[in-house]
Parts: sequence; structure tokens; C-alpha cells
Amino acid sequence: MIKMNSKHLLKSVLIAAGISSAHADVTQSPQLGHAATAEEIAAWDTSIFPDGEGLPDGNGSVTDGEVIYQQQCIACHGENGLGTQLGDQLAGAQMGLTSDYPEKTIGSYWPYATTVFDVVRRSMPMTAPGSLTDDEVYAVTAYLLYLNNLVDKDAVLDKASLPKIKMPNEDGFIDAYKLEEIN
Amino acid sequence: MSNDKTENDLISDYQVAGNGLLDRRLFLKKGIQFGAITTLASAAAQPLQAATDTDFNPARPPWMNKPGDPFSIYGTPSKYEDRVVRFPTQNEAVPGNGVSWTPLHLMEGTITPNGLHYERHHNGVPQIDPAKHKLLIHGLVNKDLFFSMDDLLRYPMQSRICFIECGGNSNAGWNSSPSRSEAGYFNGMASNSEWTGIPLSVLLNEVGIKKDAKWIIAEGADAFNMQMSIPIEKAMDDALLAIYQNGEKIRPENGYPLRLVLPGWEGVLNVKWLRRLKLTNRPVMARNETSRYTELLPSGKARQFTFFIEAKSLITSPSAHMLLKKPGLYQVTGLAWSGRGKISKVDVSADGGKTWAEAELQEPVLDRAFTRFRMPWQWNGKPAILKSRATDETGYVQPERTELVKQRGKHGFFHYNAIINWQVDEDGFVSHVYDKDEQQTPSEISIDSGWD
Repeated sequence: MIKMNSKHLLKSVLIAAGISSAHADVTQSPQLGHAATAEEIAAWDTSIFPDGEGLPDGNGSVTDGEVIYQQQCIACHGENGLGTQLGDQLAGAQMGLTSDYPEKTIGSYWPYATTVFDVVRRSMPMTAPGSLTDDEVYAVTAYLLYLNNLVDKDAVLDKASLPKIKMPNEDGFIDAYKLEEIN
Repeated sequence: MSNDKTENDLISDYQVAGNGLLDRRLFLKKGIQFGAITTLASAAAQPLQAATDTDFNPARPPWMNKPGDPFSIYGTPSKYEDRVVRFPTQNEAVPGNGVSWTPLHLMEGTITPNGLHYERHHNGVPQIDPAKHKLLIHGLVNKDLFFSMDDLLRYPMQSRICFIECGGNSNAGWNSSPSRSEAGYFNGMASNSEWTGIPLSVLLNEVGIKKDAKWIIAEGADAFNMQMSIPIEKAMDDALLAIYQNGEKIRPENGYPLRLVLPGWEGVLNVKWLRRLKLTNRPVMARNETSRYTELLPSGKARQFTFFIEAKSLITSPSAHMLLKKPGLYQVTGLAWSGRGKISKVDVSADGGKTWAEAELQEPVLDRAFTRFRMPWQWNGKPAILKSRATDETGYVQPERTELVKQRGKHGFFHYNAIINWQVDEDGFVSHVYDKDEQQTPSEISIDSGWD
């Protein structure tokens, strides 16, 4: 067995990896990671960004979305997305965000339309998450945006059109973390 | 009363603030008897027990007259402690969507036993086979890598004791009338453990961070498939990929087999059942960093990325639903914590905030960990209002509720850290009250459940 000088070994690992010595005390890695293939990453990576990055192929219409909503969503989110004791109100805000009873719906509060698609695809319906096809998720997203008067009744959404929808409250957020960095 | 003289002496010699708050050095004095504080349930149980145990011989109790139980492979609490449990509140349609509160009012010390650590799940607790669980790190990295749990167990580990608090903890405080729950059952979405695992920086160095990586999206392997965006500087600073909690593998409800622990940052970012870390140049704007876990201000704008838990404290005893049976000397004790560093002091008041005195802090006082404080108090049998106020090492002082509401309004829902008042009435019964100048009409707004 070769006796290794751990400090020397660490130093050569750091040099090989091009890492500064600032984190030398925590870089003692046995380097056990296994390379992930592009196919594996594509299958695992479901994150969807406001600019549309990550949105899959496919499309869905408001009319199809309404049918799916009646079957899969209405039990918790109520008629027309008005919410119940079991699930968030998603549409139909009457009271504004500065009122005594602010209603935080997709239309009144959510800053990005892509978030609707992302959360429906990854988390909904709660009783059978992951069970909707991408087309169905586009359709449900379209219906929810329609309930919030953000698309027309005949709208069909896909990866090109969804990120183009400007949400009314996009500028309604203050980045508290960034403010800390500035101050 | 024979001990009148003693009580008066205690007051004259040791009083440090109004209405009987005494110098913490009194704890060092020998022969001082502190009164017992009982919860209403145990107070009611006592007479019954006395009536049925007529044969009980305290000089040789029955458990000394027969062999005890054999060994157990995994210990459980005494059957007499069966009230010390988490309090779950959950969505009727989706029972795994809800919270369970740590019974802070029934506990002492600072470490939360694993079975009592608070829970917040968005869609239940997955039962993950560690042999089939992998962590993927990808995105703006030099090498996209998978790590199996077997791999991770071979990495050098570190331990740290820190609290985790849900951003929605104490949210009943925003309501117009005070919560009637026990202290832990509306403030116990906070717990404190020793977490052991791999510094995330080690794995990030292994994959190699590209220059434009600014955020990491962390994703859980639960049915909600939770994802949250975290600034890369936090990941490189002190983020831990935790595998152990208080010496044993993390419990399923706290993220088994792998949890991201971000000391001092709100609970939802401490992603449980961690399966994927994606390095990006911007946040993903997930549902739980836009629609939820953002705080609506009176202006109509909402604070977003409010990662830090600000300093907070809570008197755990005496607290709501407890009973002080008679006037006398009591210990006021509680917990303080801050997501910005160490607690530097905790002041206690027994006269509703008119006068304050500094409580004893239990050593060691740790960075971003529960800190136990204690204060001797001579209760004179008259109504009193107890408060505690934490200050952390940055100089931040825990606000009164009126200040917090003035700054944030009542619709922020998250990050409630105001001072909590416990009123002791002349019968010794303790309840939660707001300051007199605050509105105390019955609330028409029900607690925002946080259900999804």
C-alpha cells in the first residue's frame, strides 16, 4: 500500500480541478460522482423558467383544459377556480392586494405564467401527481389563465406562447435578498 | 404565611425588574424552592390518582418490588409522557398536506428529539429506499454527476447544531385576536437538531461550478416534487447535505435519506428527500417562491426571497393553558433563536413590558441554534403579563407585535417573529393576550391554513 501525504494529495487535486485554496478545508472529496448522460439529465430535469426554458413540446386548449379541470381539479379548487377549504383560490379575485381581504390568485398575484405549468406538472393533482400528460398540463394551464382573463376562450398554449403571457403582478415583488446585498 | 419574610427578602434583595422578576444569580443560591407549574390536564389528573392509589407505599413503591422490564431495541418515552406529542393539522382531502407542531411548551433544553421535530409536508412523507435514491448535480457545472447514498456515505462529514423554522411559524400572530393554542401548537414549527452530513461545497467543487452559476435549484423526491431556488453563495458557505439527525439517520418525515440544511434560513428551503441540484444563472420562480412564501405588504407589493429567520423568542413555561397553583417563586424559561447568528441577550418582563431584565442564557450559546433562557420570578398572586425579547449578535431586537404589524401589515402570513405575551390571572391561569392598545375583537379572518 502506498502511503500518501494527504495534504500533498489534496493540493494536487485542487490544482487539477483549478480550484483556489480558499475552500481547501472542505474539498477533501473522494470524487465518487458518476457521470450523468444527456438522456438521464433530460429525464430528470423538469424545472421550467419564466422565459420558457424547460417547457416541453405539445400543446393544450382552454376547452380541453376545462374538461380536465372538472375531472381532476374542481374538488379542491372549486367551481371556476374560486377555491374551497381544501385548495387555493386560483381565479376570480374581487378584492385587491391592498384591501383588507386581499385575494392572491394566479391573475392577481402570481408573477409568471410558466409557474402554473410547472406546479401543475410536478405536483398536481395532489391525489395522483405526475398523472397528466404534457398536453393535458398545457390545457389545464390555458384554462386557469382563461379563468383569470389572461387568454381568450379559443386559446391554445405551447412552449412558444405560454412564456409570452405577461402577468399583471409581474412587477409586484421586492427581492428582499438582493436588497440585503445592496445595503 | 410562614415564608412571607423570605418572599419579601427575595424581592428586596434580588428584584431586577418590576412585578417580581429576580436576579438570575438566584439560580446559583442553594435551598431556594421553585414552584411547580402544571398544565391543566395534569392538574386535573392528580386528585384521581391519589384517590385510587390507597395501597401505595412511597417508602417502597411497587416498582421496587418486582423486576423491571427487559431491554428494548429502540427506546420510547415513558407511558406517563404520552401527552408530549406533535400536534398535526392537515388537509382533509390530502392528509399528507399540512403541518405537525413541536410541543415546545412541554419540553426543556434545546435539542428536539427526532420524533418531535416539526413537520411541514406538501404532499405526504415518501418512504424512500436509500439503495434506489440518487442525487443529481447538473446545469452550469463542468461535470454533471450522480451520487448514490453509498457514495455519499464515504465523504468526510461535519456536524452542526441549528434550528429549522418554517417561514409560516407563529402565523396565528397576524390574526386580530390571540391564538388560544398552547405555546408550541402555534409556535412549534421550529425545532433544533444536530445535523450531520457533507458540506455542499465539497460536492460543488467536485462537479466544478461554471462562472455564471448564481443560483441552485434544489428538488425533493416527494409527491409534491418540491423545488426551491437558493443563492449559490449560501450553498458554498454553510449548506449541508444532511444524512444524520441527532446521531441517527434522518427520519422519513424530515427528509430521509438526504436533506439540504441551510442554517438560519427558512424551513422550506431546507429541501427534504433531496434528489436534484441544478446550477443556474437565475431563480426558477417556483410556486413556493412566488405564490407562497412571499409576504404581501400594505403597499400591495410582496417581499420575495425572504430567506433569513429574524431573531425571535418564546417563553415556554409558564405559557398558555398552564396553571400556577399559588403565589411564590417560579422559573420563567423559554427559547430564543436567530437566523443571523448567536443570541446575545434575552430580556424578560413581568409587567407587560414596562420594565425588563436580562435572563440567564444556557451555555453553550450557538450560532443559529435554539438558546435556552431562564429567569427567576416571584409571583405575588396578582395579574401579570410575561414577555420575552430576543436580541441577536447583529444588534437586531425582536419587535413588539404593534411594530411588526405597522411595518408589514397583517397579510404577510410568513415570518411572524413578534414578542408573545402570556397573561397570568389572579387564579394563576396563563393565557395568550395581545397588548391592550391592540384590537382584540374576535377575528373574522380564519387562519390562512397554508394548504395548497
